[in-house]
Amino acid sequence: MSEVEARAEAQARDGDGRRVTPLALIEAVLDGNPGREELLQLAEEVLEAWVIARGETPTTETSEGFRLLALHRQGAKGVPSFNACRETCREIAYHFNLLSLSEREGSRESCERPERMMTMLVRHLALFVYGKMEVEGLGEFCCSSRPLRLESPAENREGSSHA
Amino acid sequence: MKPEYKRVAYYPGCALEGTGHAYNTSTKALGKALGLKLEEVNDWNCCGAMEVKNVDPKVQTYLSSRVMSIAANEMKHSVVMAPCNGCYHNLKKAEYDLAHDEASRETVARISEKAGHEAYQAGQLETIHALDWIKDGVGEEALRARVKKSLKGLKIANYYGCMYTRPRHIFPEKDQGPGSESTLKPRFMDELLAAAGAENVDFPLKTACCGGAHTLSDSDTSTKLVLNILEAAEAAGADVIATECPTCHSGLEMHQVRAEKVLGKKTKVRMLYFTQLLGVALGISPRKLGIHENVSDGLEALKEKGIV
Repeated sequence: MSEVEARAEAQARDGDGRRVTPLALIEAVLDGNPGREELLQLAEEVLEAWVIARGETPTTETSEGFRLLALHRQGAKGVPSFNACRETCREIAYHFNLLSLSEREGSRESCERPERMMTMLVRHLALFVYGKMEVEGLGEFCCSSRPLRLESPAENREGSSHA
Repeated sequence: MKPEYKRVAYYPGCALEGTGHAYNTSTKALGKALGLKLEEVNDWNCCGAMEVKNVDPKVQTYLSSRVMSIAANEMKHSVVMAPCNGCYHNLKKAEYDLAHDEASRETVARISEKAGHEAYQAGQLETIHALDWIKDGVGEEALRARVKKSLKGLKIANYYGCMYTRPRHIFPEKDQGPGSESTLKPRFMDELLAAAGAENVDFPLKTACCGGAHTLSDSDTSTKLVLNILEAAEAAGADVIATECPTCHSGLEMHQVRAEKVLGKKTKVRMLYFTQLLGVALGISPRKLGIHENVSDGLEALKEKGIV
């Protein structure tokens, strides 16, 4: 099974069949030195998890050329404290552009540092967002969390005793 | 330069009497060396921090407004300086709420009357951070002229934390073009330390969350967040992370220790308050700046570079 297939397999699905990538899986992929495209995709998956956990459908739109920034804007609606990861998202976009430029110019050696930084930025975003989901009783973390794997949103509500 | 910053009301807040004691010591020592006068707010109280805010935000507004009322009405100050990001944030938020929300004004008026003091009115005071105080009260040129021990050779990652610039609407003076602080990429600390000779590294996590809010409820996530900040600073080439918030500072120090114990991840980067670094550059002894109180051995980093 390829890595991509393994990831898809491990993704949890909420009541509407939307995919949520578990944090442990995101961390495992980050440990494998992914490239910029995969890093950006992972960052989007992190924000998708937040949007889905709040009962919304992740946007497919882009902002300033990045779906990541549009997802952040969507995720921050009504949750001002979510803006604490706004600059992290913008830095991810910036590092993606840096890497794209370096690759276009064929300078592979100048990619190492920004690639490492981008990995750390995505890791930070993942830790922040999943930590926030836990604090807010969203996601699959503890007895007070909303169990995303349950069949329907109605069962989710009944199943969470003190979320 | 702003001459009104030469003599300001000083609101240290609870953290600077506890884990952030060295920040208090170094802020006072730095002010003295630069000829800036601090007058501590009489009988100050907690700003409301997170705990009260979570129970009743309007009571938090009152608590912050009481500090401002004493500074403005009893001590006749026009500027209050708070070095802690949490206090600074809460005072600014109270100012905003009192200017824009009638219910907040009513609550503050009612509780102030019961408490027997004059209610604070929006606009009576300007709340500033310790960074504004040095940047606009002294400025880089004057600071550079006073440097006795340049921080040359010391590579610094400046960490501002997430409350210094957020939410943007309570900081109307920021993002106002040249000379004003940026909420997207803060730079005041970078510029002050550069004036003292330090080399600032490009650090993309300068405003990222350190997990301080859930350090008790979810220590592991906090440790991982801090570890990521420390590793990113090291990857950027930093010897030292400069801080300007007691909560961020103690979070970075304590989770650095925890990361080694729990996750087996050791990092070498050291934490120092920006006031300690500027104080060293001005020739103040490390002891007078409370560097020995820090958990991480910042003195070692300074010795390695031949600064002290």
